[in-house]
Amino acid sequence: MSKDDSKLESPERRELIKVSGLALGGLLIATCLPPVIHKSAATQIVEEGASGDSPAGPAELGAFIRIDPTGGVTLIMPKIEMGQGVQSSLAAMLAEELEVDLSQVTLQEAPPNEELYVDPILNFQATGGSTSARSFWRPLREAGATGRILLVQAAADEWGISSEVCEARNGAVHGPDGQQLGYGELVEAAAELPVPEQIPLKSPDQFRLIGKPLQRLDTPPKVNGSAKFTTDLQLTDMKIATTRTCPVLGGTLASVDDREARRIPGVREIIPLKDAVAVIGDHTWAAIQGARALKVEWNFGDNARLSSEQIEQALRDAADRDGALATDEGDIDAALDGVDTQIEAEYEMPFLAHAALEPMSCVAQVRVDACELWVGTQVPVMAQQAAAKVSGLPPEKVIVNNQLIGGAFGRRLEVDFIAQAVDIARNVFYPVKLIWTREEDTTHDLYRPHYLDRFRAGLDGNGLPVGWSHTIVGGSVMARFSPQALGENGLDPDAIEISAKPIYHLPNLRVRYVPEDPVALRVSWWRGVGQLHGAYVVEGFIDELAIAAEQDPVDYRLRLLQDQPRAQAVLRLAAEKAGWGQTLPDGHGRGVAVHQVFGSYLATVVELATTPQGGLRINRLICAVDCGLALNPTSVRSQIEGGTLFGLSAALFNEVTVKDGHVQQSNFHDYRQIRISDAPPVEVHLIDSQETPGGIGEAGTALIAPALVNALYAATGKRIRRLPLSRAGYHVLAREA
Amino acid sequence: MPTLTINGDTHQVDVPEDMPLLWVLRDVLGMTGTKYGCGIAQCGACTVHLDGNAVRSCVLPVGGVEGKRIETIEAMENSELGRSVQSAWLEHEVVQCGYCQSGQIMSAVALLSKTPQPDDKEIDLGMSGNLCRCCTYTRIRGAIKSVAKA
Ligand code: FES
Ligand code: FES
Repeated sequence: MSKDDSKLESPERRELIKVSGLALGGLLIATCLPPVIHKSAATQIVEEGASGDSPAGPAELGAFIRIDPTGGVTLIMPKIEMGQGVQSSLAAMLAEELEVDLSQVTLQEAPPNEELYVDPILNFQATGGSTSARSFWRPLREAGATGRILLVQAAADEWGISSEVCEARNGAVHGPDGQQLGYGELVEAAAELPVPEQIPLKSPDQFRLIGKPLQRLDTPPKVNGSAKFTTDLQLTDMKIATTRTCPVLGGTLASVDDREARRIPGVREIIPLKDAVAVIGDHTWAAIQGARALKVEWNFGDNARLSSEQIEQALRDAADRDGALATDEGDIDAALDGVDTQIEAEYEMPFLAHAALEPMSCVAQVRVDACELWVGTQVPVMAQQAAAKVSGLPPEKVIVNNQLIGGAFGRRLEVDFIAQAVDIARNVFYPVKLIWTREEDTTHDLYRPHYLDRFRAGLDGNGLPVGWSHTIVGGSVMARFSPQALGENGLDPDAIEISAKPIYHLPNLRVRYVPEDPVALRVSWWRGVGQLHGAYVVEGFIDELAIAAEQDPVDYRLRLLQDQPRAQAVLRLAAEKAGWGQTLPDGHGRGVAVHQVFGSYLATVVELATTPQGGLRINRLICAVDCGLALNPTSVRSQIEGGTLFGLSAALFNEVTVKDGHVQQSNFHDYRQIRISDAPPVEVHLIDSQETPGGIGEAGTALIAPALVNALYAATGKRIRRLPLSRAGYHVLAREA
Repeated sequence: MPTLTINGDTHQVDVPEDMPLLWVLRDVLGMTGTKYGCGIAQCGACTVHLDGNAVRSCVLPVGGVEGKRIETIEAMENSELGRSVQSAWLEHEVVQCGYCQSGQIMSAVALLSKTPQPDDKEIDLGMSGNLCRCCTYTRIRGAIKSVAKA
């Protein structure tokens, strides 16, 4: 950590913290976020809003800390918990400097619209892009320190002594002669004091919570069934709805025969919508049964004949267009001219559904004067805007009560299902809980784009690259989500993530992006976002260069990473732990991938066994991580473990395809996911680091697929460039006893 | 009107006999610890115990479970094994989003009550009906083994 991080002296920064008293007594500290320095393209969007209509930029994002007269500390949580442990990590930052125990901190989901917290909380908030720890790293610690300084000063004033001789510990201020005052007794006086001129922060060796393996705050109710997700909510007079939405994107409802559905016990209402029919029932079973019994005629529209083959052909055709230039360094044409060793390759990644275990769901009630939502969302303000649009109410009349999320992986950055819930609820006077069936969830997702990548590179006499040309073709998530973020000719900063600037030393680098949106599917953010795509193709192709150069894939990478010490370190560590270089039996192989992802450095090694019949068993999976200072080492490990297997599941099995405009996969039998019996143990090795914390929720996901295909090549001599592996005939073998 | 014995209590529920137990638990009795994930016995989020066996309540018509002993996640803290599985889950930091974990714990308790010292194969067999999209499998295995050892 650099020196200037331990003291805060800049007056502009000081203005970012506001302190005030509360009407009911207590101390309120508001802190505003400065712009974050290292951001992925996707991050920038989710933080700064979409489509240019977000009400606030990042400098106005805020968090509130409330200390009440009983000494209770409430952190009004701007980031939603999706399993990444973010809320506990943020609470630890606050508790560390405030000198309270983690158990003294109560978390409260930030509403976008509640009177008490008008200003900063009303503004755009989002959870995604692995940014939470990075954006809050300083502001929350500063807020905690501000609180502590004020409380200590208040105690010192009370005792008539200098604050220098007082100490804050465990939610109380202690004086030199054994005096003691709890925070609760001090809040009123503290609220009257001016914000301190200087806010010194602890150095890492003084941390008692940060960097320690802490138990998360949100887990106890999740092991006894008492945690409530959106799907679990029960409100007075609430009824339950499910929908059948037109199976072809862009189609509309022609007519519906609901006579049979109405005969089902418990069915209350059938509500035709523009592109869907909703069935409201006393319970979910009635709604589901009713929806099944509907006889629906659709106008399928223009997409009725579209199939995957056509979508893929369109990508191939587009590859020859100029598109947008992302990088043009040196002279690639001159560099490759006359070079003997030239390598070309084409990679492909499929459309992917999110398949979070909690299906899309939202509780909505539309009253005359207001609309109220109870929904787990990564983007509360977008939810508010969507509800306002559908209900016709102004946004400030939309109340959003954010909820725990049962896995999102980017899906709850979208608000389509929220708009649909409001569209249904505005027809009735009671609250409606919309739950999509798994089938609706799979077939009406917004999918990770299908990408086609073409490479050409030349090697010199030492096998090192002299030129690297890369063309990326695929749908642009940014073009829909935030068109103003696009560069010239539709340059999508997310689609070129990693590819535009690989960490390797690559002279004469040209990278192009050709936007080609699929017509029959919408595309969106998916865990790992642009880095997932970039890491896969770059790490696959660099491996091909190593093989062409007849060099060891680890050594080859190390040579091209001369000015990347952190990347070299994780690569060396992963290789060492994996026993890289030790002989393996025939049909076995090791593969590696390394990159900087989301501000962290990660290297993954896969060791696997194959059979001639296409059987595949991963025997070892090793990740070495430098994520800067690990806020909570246990959370880092579990995010890397889970994220890696999440990426593995997709790389092995998943592909969304379209026939006659219909998505062909529907549930976990035909969109299968990795099970415990398929899952190798993940070995995670952390590098001790004091650098600024990096993102970890998506890093593991991004690096598993390239390590996997590289290992498969080592084992079989066959290079798989198109995911998933099941497409190439591979299947997972049972683990060895 | 089916009569059900759930977590030791008797409930009379006025629902059609073909309604899956899952929806009776969640929407009629308000016991929402048991989750919906797929509705076709593929994910295990809805796992409950029927006479001590782990079953998928999303495909279990309520008419067929009269007179049987039904137990749900809400009752796990009442048994010693249930409590030790729950605390192993917390100690091993298994949980991520948590949505699958009621089902995971129900399957783990059923497995451990029949096979107190399961090996890797037996864990795979007992737990492979339960998907975790957050992929907490490494830690699930660790937590089960720690209960087995104790
Ligand atoms: S909901 Fe019953 S197994 Fe998935
Ligand atoms: S913890 Fe999220 S699905 Fe298992």
